[in-house]
Amino acid sequence: MSGPSTYEPKSGFTRWLDTRLPIARLGWDSFVDFPTPRNLNYWYTFGGILTVCLMVQIVTGIVLAMHYVPHIDYAFDSVERIDRDVNFGWLLRNIHANGASMFFLAVYLHMFRGLYYGSYKAPRELLWILGVVIYLLMMAAAFLGYVLPWGQMSYWGAMVITNLFGALPLIGGPVTEWLWGGFSIGNATLNRFFSLHYLIPFIIAGVVGLHVWALHVPGNNNPTGLNVKTKNDTLPFHPYYTAKDGFAIVLFLLLFAFFVFYWPDALGHADNYIEANPLVTPAHIVPEWYLLPFYAILRAVPDKLGGVILMFGAIAVLFVLPWLDTSKVRSLRYRPLARWFFFFFVIACLGLGWAGQALPDNKVPVLGAIGMDFLLLGRLLTIYYFAYFLVILPVLGFIEKPTARPASIEDSVLGTGKKTDTGGTASSPPAAAPAE
Amino acid sequence: MTDVNSNPETGQEPSRRDFIYIAAIGATAVGGVFAIWPFIDQMNPAADTLAEATTELNIGQMDDGMEMTVMFRSRPHFVRKRAQSEIESARSVDVSSLPDRLARNANLDAGAPATDENRSALTAALDDGVSVDDGVRAAMLVTSANCTHLGCVPTEGAGDYGAWFCPCHGSHYDFAGRIRRGPAPENLPIPPMTFISATTLRLG
Repeated sequence: MSGPSTYEPKSGFTRWLDTRLPIARLGWDSFVDFPTPRNLNYWYTFGGILTVCLMVQIVTGIVLAMHYVPHIDYAFDSVERIDRDVNFGWLLRNIHANGASMFFLAVYLHMFRGLYYGSYKAPRELLWILGVVIYLLMMAAAFLGYVLPWGQMSYWGAMVITNLFGALPLIGGPVTEWLWGGFSIGNATLNRFFSLHYLIPFIIAGVVGLHVWALHVPGNNNPTGLNVKTKNDTLPFHPYYTAKDGFAIVLFLLLFAFFVFYWPDALGHADNYIEANPLVTPAHIVPEWYLLPFYAILRAVPDKLGGVILMFGAIAVLFVLPWLDTSKVRSLRYRPLARWFFFFFVIACLGLGWAGQALPDNKVPVLGAIGMDFLLLGRLLTIYYFAYFLVILPVLGFIEKPTARPASIEDSVLGTGKKTDTGGTASSPPAAAPAE
Repeated sequence: MTDVNSNPETGQEPSRRDFIYIAAIGATAVGGVFAIWPFIDQMNPAADTLAEATTELNIGQMDDGMEMTVMFRSRPHFVRKRAQSEIESARSVDVSSLPDRLARNANLDAGAPATDENRSALTAALDDGVSVDDGVRAAMLVTSANCTHLGCVPTEGAGDYGAWFCPCHGSHYDFAGRIRRGPAPENLPIPPMTFISATTLRLG
């Protein structure tokens, strides 16, 4: 998508096409001859895996929409009918429902990969920001989709999330009624949620296009965080990374298939097999697993508006991350202090998920002995979550002494053993020239 | 190409053509905003949804301490005939110690304090010629059943105050439907009420 093209049309037809719509050239330069760092590990396969996830969700979603009825009197029954009567409906719905979880599993690993190797830093800030936009759209699509089966968790999850907007001063009430299309969640709400749930994946596909474009201008980051300097640092995308991505996709699909065929309801909630009832709230409502950390942050604040602001702030902080991390070294491989803070950050995210699924007043196992309940755990981890971005990363760039980095990507793979000096301070970065 | 309307010396003066550009862009922007509004407003409650509804409740069969949940304007509402001990526990609280000191009662002014009397059906209107026993009016409590935090329906007979407890995020309400502890910011709101007979209460 950038740089000189190596595409040479070989037949009369491709020459004719190339002067009119150079789409074959675009594909060749983007996915065949695209120069890719030769040291990418398996953490770099999740981009390809996520593309597969998006396609699976769109294809299964389109066919499920042929059988689903977005009406409060029929929605629940139509989903049961898909499970029981529609040919292969059980399979399609299980793929779609578990596909959402697989999608989030892959996106979280993809994001942690980006955090670890500093893939959000210059010149890839927009690439990272577009990724966060996709993540936000994914959460919206997942929430809207979870409402459609019209079970108890669907209904009360929608109630809680739409009421978040009621916390806004002055406009909260009107905005909530605007979202509902009534005085409470009802048929108007279900209809519009279905419409938007169908729309958002196509917006995601569009932003994915921008994401890939923004990737192909500076090129891939890599585990060393070093810039590509010579042709010896790279390999053509095909066959090297098509094969590597393909193998990773097969492994991922094995996990996916395990859930679809052997444990299809493990990641859902039993209460969603009870039809929505506006008179009774389930004793313990929780969101899907991939939203639990944000739910814990919401509950960590005793004030309604404050909790909502902090929850949205947890995502907003990701948008400015490229300017919060002051270190000139990209990869945490060479940042001995930052690496530890990162591992604690991963643990904090998992811990927030753990706190999010528990009742706030319940005691934490083991730590309960010293009076720690899940509310307090959630509060402590919320503080660490924000401190990681707002305090630790900005400060570490100034006080941390990075370790020696290899002289080049080629060197890190083929091991001639040359090292750059440690630089003494973080202010002697790897060359900041563009990748090509 | 020479623009005949521009100043021949500088070429920088705003010309009549510039004015046309600005006017055309301005008109398009304003028109665009007007064109967007129907697409936003269509999501607001429709006319049939807005049509005001009323719900009539027969409270003649209710015993002391009995509660029912009814739908009014598509939202659940608690209707409780409170036992004497429940009324006394609600009345024993100093209003100035409450998280929300306002009555949140559609039958009263917005600034009315959250005393137990201001929360009960003592504030309900009476239709002409209807008389209702004061003890019944003081005992009756009708409130929205959606927690003012994030809308869950609180559980009856639970929480620190024995009245309602919201299982979602831990808000405790007392026997006057007032928030006492937890993240909910306001007391449960009270709908417009009118006694249309000694045993029939109309909401709305």
